[in-house]
Amino acid sequence: MTKEETKQVMIDIIADVASDEDFTNIKPDVRLRDQLELDSMDFLDIVMELRKRHNIEVPEAEYPQLASLDSCAEYLTPKFEALGK
Amino acid sequence: MSYPLPRIVITSIGLTAPNGNSLADYRQNLLNGVSGVQPLDVRYMGKCLAGVCDFDPLKYQKRKEVRVGTRAGSISIYCAREAVADAGWDMDALERDRIGIYIGTTEHGNVETENEIYAISQFNYDTKYWSHYHNPRTVANNPAGEVSLNLGITGPAYAIGAACAAGNLGLIHATQMLRLGEVDQAICGGVSESIHTFGIFAGFKSQGALATHEDPAKASRPFDKDRNGIVVSEGGALYTLERLDDAQKRVARIYGEIAGYCVNSDASDYVLPNPTRQTECVRKALRSAGMEAADIHIVNTHATATPQGDIQECGALRDVFGEGCPDTNINNTKSFIGHAMGAAGALELAGNIPSFGDLVVHPTINVDNLDPQCALPGLVINQPKSVAKVDTILNNSFGMLGINSTLIVKRFIP
Repeated sequence: MTKEETKQVMIDIIADVASDEDFTNIKPDVRLRDQLELDSMDFLDIVMELRKRHNIEVPEAEYPQLASLDSCAEYLTPKFEALGK
Repeated sequence: MSYPLPRIVITSIGLTAPNGNSLADYRQNLLNGVSGVQPLDVRYMGKCLAGVCDFDPLKYQKRKEVRVGTRAGSISIYCAREAVADAGWDMDALERDRIGIYIGTTEHGNVETENEIYAISQFNYDTKYWSHYHNPRTVANNPAGEVSLNLGITGPAYAIGAACAAGNLGLIHATQMLRLGEVDQAICGGVSESIHTFGIFAGFKSQGALATHEDPAKASRPFDKDRNGIVVSEGGALYTLERLDDAQKRVARIYGEIAGYCVNSDASDYVLPNPTRQTECVRKALRSAGMEAADIHIVNTHATATPQGDIQECGALRDVFGEGCPDTNINNTKSFIGHAMGAAGALELAGNIPSFGDLVVHPTINVDNLDPQCALPGLVINQPKSVAKVDTILNNSFGMLGINSTLIVKRFIP
């Protein structure tokens, strides 16, 4: 999976979690919480959906790695690759 | 008590029923014989007959709020918002810590728990897939809490668990809190999301009390000889109640006045009703209203179309209204909408309140073959009945573990 594909995976998840938000102008290098109305429970949802949909575990200490789409791509792409995706 | 209690009036009604999402539509369908019962896919059970509501939750909630919250929460928010709008409350002018929210529920949490168990069953029952929203979704105060969040109301907000008497209990409890001066306005009534739990269908089926019929609209048939059980429904009806002087100060529209009530318990069985206690409940409510049986113009029955329950309630009503009540009409709203559980009492009362204005009593439909044991005098069958006078409505709601409630509302006369 490429980093761009990882970003799309995250957008798909976040679109379900924060379904009232507009994703057309989302900036990959800016913190998600600075662009979207996301609270701590939403981040738990995102972690849960990564677990359910992609069998990826994100330990609590590594939640900051999900701050922006770019950081998600850096952090998650190797995990997808490790799963053979 | 030795001092006069404040008079409490109904200043609005917000509702969603299987056959209407506003009081006007609901009432029209009750007069036109329109049922709201349809087949519904129920997990593990297949098609069951149910009363299903089609209000738009996004009218008053964001998508995220609908996803995070519960169906009972969405029903409550819809009804509360509709009621607040109907009341004409200026929320910015009201002291929000002086508004109480009292919502009756038969049960809460079954839907959400079943959903989570089903979800983790897809992951070999590994509990790490269990939602972190489970606890806020399943706390008993969830429906009232979601209304407080949505409307920014900071007064007391809680649910009242009273089985299928709960809708009446919401109104009764609000009346008490207003009279005590604990709050200045109340949003109250009952809601139900019960059609989304297979457990309630399976439970009634195991009890031999789940209605079946080839025509869904004819499945809920209290007092008919061929009745075969309950149609489970969802829905809600929330009212705004205020003390009369407050309502008059703001020149509020007044739908009716709380005249009297009673809540009692059978103390005799988990499931089976007790007509002796039901009779006591009705008589005590009449006493609290300062009325005789003959003063009541509409009796809305609780009857759920179970073979035994209907007969027992009819026995209780015959004791009270059997003789000397020529102006008393008796009907049943469940024949249209099924049994809306915690919403039942509040929805059924709402369906009858317009009678103060139009002087029409909505009927009990689906009575093709009246059970002689249910042949009460004054029973309005299949067609609406125009009457000379409707000044009083007596609303019965009874529930499991033997809780009985009777609420009497009268035409408002200054």
